[in-house]
Formats: sequence, structure tokens, C-alpha cells
Amino acid sequence: MAEIYADLRGVGKTFWSRRGDVTALKNINLEIRAGEFMSVVGPSGCGKSTMLKCVAGLEPTTGGAVKIRGTVVSGPPENLGIVFQRDVLLDWRSVMDNVLLPIEFRRGDKKDFTRRANDLLVLFGLDGFQSRYPWELSGGMRQRVAIARALLQDPAFLLMDEPFGALDALTRDELNIELQRIWNETKKTVMFITHSIAEAVFLSDRVVVMKRDPGEVVEVIEIDLPRPRKLAIRETREFGQYSTRIREIFERLGVYRERT
Amino acid sequence: MNPIGKAWYSLPRWSRVVLLLVLSFVVWEVLTKVLAIKPFLLPAPTKIFAVFLENPKYLLTHSWHTFYETIFGFVVAVIVGVLLAIGIVSSRFLEETLYVLLVTLNSIPKVAVAPLFVVWMGTGIEPKIAIAAMIAVFVIVIDMVLGLKSVDPEMIDLARSMKASKLQTLARIRFPNALPHLFAGMKVGITLALIGAIVGEFVASDKGLGYIILVAQGQFETPTMFAAVVILAIMGTALFFIVDVFERIALPWHVSRRREGDAEAEAARLAAAGARA
Repeated sequence: MAEIYADLRGVGKTFWSRRGDVTALKNINLEIRAGEFMSVVGPSGCGKSTMLKCVAGLEPTTGGAVKIRGTVVSGPPENLGIVFQRDVLLDWRSVMDNVLLPIEFRRGDKKDFTRRANDLLVLFGLDGFQSRYPWELSGGMRQRVAIARALLQDPAFLLMDEPFGALDALTRDELNIELQRIWNETKKTVMFITHSIAEAVFLSDRVVVMKRDPGEVVEVIEIDLPRPRKLAIRETREFGQYSTRIREIFERLGVYRERT
Repeated sequence: MNPIGKAWYSLPRWSRVVLLLVLSFVVWEVLTKVLAIKPFLLPAPTKIFAVFLENPKYLLTHSWHTFYETIFGFVVAVIVGVLLAIGIVSSRFLEETLYVLLVTLNSIPKVAVAPLFVVWMGTGIEPKIAIAAMIAVFVIVIDMVLGLKSVDPEMIDLARSMKASKLQTLARIRFPNALPHLFAGMKVGITLALIGAIVGEFVASDKGLGYIILVAQGQFETPTMFAAVVILAIMGTALFFIVDVFERIALPWHVSRRREGDAEAEAARLAAAGARA
């Protein structure tokens, strides 16, 4: 059994408001293994983003605890990279300076990381764009910069909150391939949140399926498909079986409201 | 489109503006001649222009005073405004006290308190600068507070995950992010500062375009009054565009993104702010 990187035990999150309490997460028990790619899928409002924020130490839990490598999370842990749905690049900084942003908050020497930043940009096909500004780039390129920024300090743990949700389908496929390649090379522990069943199955070792009202884990599915995976794998029978299984869970939960 | 309309829009934009100005001056000139309007009621444009030519040094020296007071007051307003805004967004106490106080102060017509400044500071340049700054500061504080607050929450989350301190987040994220708002406030603010300088000169002064207008009024020198007003119009426009140029230099990332409609919105904001002052 692989080492457990992050451990969620009975995690709950309730938001209190005047209109009544909202239970975003209820009794989540989940283990994220070191070096695994884990996706979380679920309908809007199922608390997947909230769960990510609890793991990142950005949002305190109101029940249970998140442990990262055995230590209870009380604030953003070390060795962590985050990518959000919106790239949140700083418009007034060049691509290079955006990637180097984390260093400025750490009193690190920028020079030591310039080379690494450059390598990452080359890796993402952004060579030649180092001194360009975010507004000169396409959505896909901007998100690549955001991923490069998250990877700058070579974190062991990567949290991604619907990173490709705002991109068109083709760019999304492209970035799925790139992300898989990088993961294959580095074997980081990844928690990846998405709406897309196909994306989750394609990228993951395990897919966590969640329901809403309240946000709970319904099922965890091991994806046993050979790696590296090519896009064509999505047309195979095995892949189809995994997708169907997840879709059927959502159907059972009444997510689609399809009329028969 | 008819042929005249076609010819009109085939001209470059700046030349259409100039042509429109020239045309209105011609109409003005002709009307004063045809209707035989007395010069002390409405002087013809050529009469106003003659005042410039008679004694350009006199007008320019006084224009310089007004210009200087406006710029000085504006700079004070920007520095004080930015500091106040940072204080207001950093401290809940300041937000609850200072902000409310500022709103109250702003609701007082500045013209009404201008004489007080003369009592406090005399009849030199100081009260003019103070009044210019006082009128301009409010819009700058409001816009800067808005700018500092309008940061994408995910951006703040990201900074926290990178272990940025509050000061680092302010310096590297909130402040640059607020600059477009600051410039929007500055564009209105510089126009208001000019109003403030003139108000100050009206109350007690022996220099500046406001002073010239008062003196000319006493002597029924209407063409001189008009000359001063025309210079004020040119000055106000120039000051606005100076800020605009600074914005283009400082924020190429923002200007490039700005849409066409924003110019109209800005003009409307300017008009509204001018009416308030």
C-alpha cells in the first residue's frame, strides 16, 4: 500500500448564514495516496471546490480534520501548488514574472529560479513568450502559464480546481495530454477537480464521485487503464465502461433531470 | 448616407473636432454681428481673441498661478487619498470611522467652507491648494478603496497559498490591481482640483484666472472674462489628457483592454462629479 499523502477524516464544512445553515461538506473520508492522480467529479454545488480549499488550508473545516503527511492542516501547507479555473495571472507582469511570483513572497533568490521558470515555459510550448503580457495570450496559453507558476518550486502536491473548465474542447484535450505527460514524468500527488467525466477518467488513477445537498462522497472508482494514455483511449470499450459507470451514478442521483 | 454626411465621416476624427469648433465660432461671430449684441453681454470671438493678443503675458502669468495651484492641490489629493484608501481597506476601525466621516465631509458644499480656509491660511497660495485638494481627494479615496477591494478572491487565495504576508499582498497584488481605478479617480479629480483652485481665487486672491474674472467683472470687461474662461476650458482639457497620457504609460496592460464605451462612461462620470462640486 502506497504512502498516504493527504488524509481527510470526517471532514465537514457548514456555512452559517441568516437564511439558514448550508452544509457544503458532510463527513468526508478520503485518502490521497502519494504520487497518485486523483480526480473529483460531481455536480455544481457539491462542495468539491470547498473540499479543495480545506485541503489547501485556505478554508477551515467545521468538522473533522485534514492531515497532510500526518500533520493537521491549519493554514496553507508547504510544498503545495494550486491552479484555479481562472488563471489569475497578474496583468501588469510579463509571463516570466508571473511564473516567478511565488519566489518574491519567499525571499528566495529569483536568479536561481529563472532557469527553472524558463524550462517550464519551454516545456509548455511557451518559448518566445517569456516577455509577453497575459493579455497578449490565448486562454489556453494563459492557463499553461498558471500551471507553470504552480510547478515553479517543484511542489510534491498539486491542487487543481477545474483548471480547464473555461477552455474550448480542443484546447482542453491538448492540455489534458500535456498534464498527463508532466504527471508521468514527475509523479506528483494531484487532486484534480472537474465537471467532465471523460477528463476525470482519462487523467486519473482514481475518481471520486460526489453528490450535493449535502456534499458527500458517493463512490471512489479505480481507473485501471494502461499509461501513457492517448486521446484515442476514450473510444475504447474499457474507457466507455468507466464513463458509463460514473454517468449512471449521476443518473441515479437525479443530476441530469432527463425526461423519459 | 447623404453626400455631406459621407464627406464628414471621411475626415479624420481630430479634424472633425477642430472643424466643429471653428464652425461654432463662425456662427457665434455672425450672430453677434447680425443681431448687434452688445460686447459687454456677449463679445464676438474675434474680440475675445484680441484680448489675448493685447497682453498675452498678463493672461499667461495668471494662468500659470491657477495651473500651479491645481497641480499642487491635485498631487496632495492623490497622496492623501491613496494613503487614506490603504488605511480604510486595511483596518475595519478606520473603515467604520474615517469612511463615514469622509462621506459626511463630502456632503458639505466646498464653496461654503472656502472662506474658512482663508481665515486659517491667509490669502496666499496655501488656501487655494487646500481647497483644490479637498475637492479632489474624495473621488480619489472612493475609487482607490473600490480598486483595492476589487481583487479576484482566487488571486488572494493564491497569494495565501504562496505564504504572502498582508503587506506583500498589498504591494504586489492589491495596489497594482487598483491602479486603473485610481486613474479613473484621478481623471475626475484633476478637473475638480481646477474648480477648487478657482473657488479659492474667488474668495480672496490677487492672482490667477479666478482673480482676473472678478476684476474684469467689476469693470464690465466681458471680453477679458471670456478670455479667462476660454483659457480655463483649454487648461481643464489639457490636464485631463495629461492624466490620460500618464495612464497609457503606466498601465499599458489596462489601456489596451479598455473598450470603446468606457470613454463615454468616463465623460458621464466627469459631468456628474463636476455637478456635485
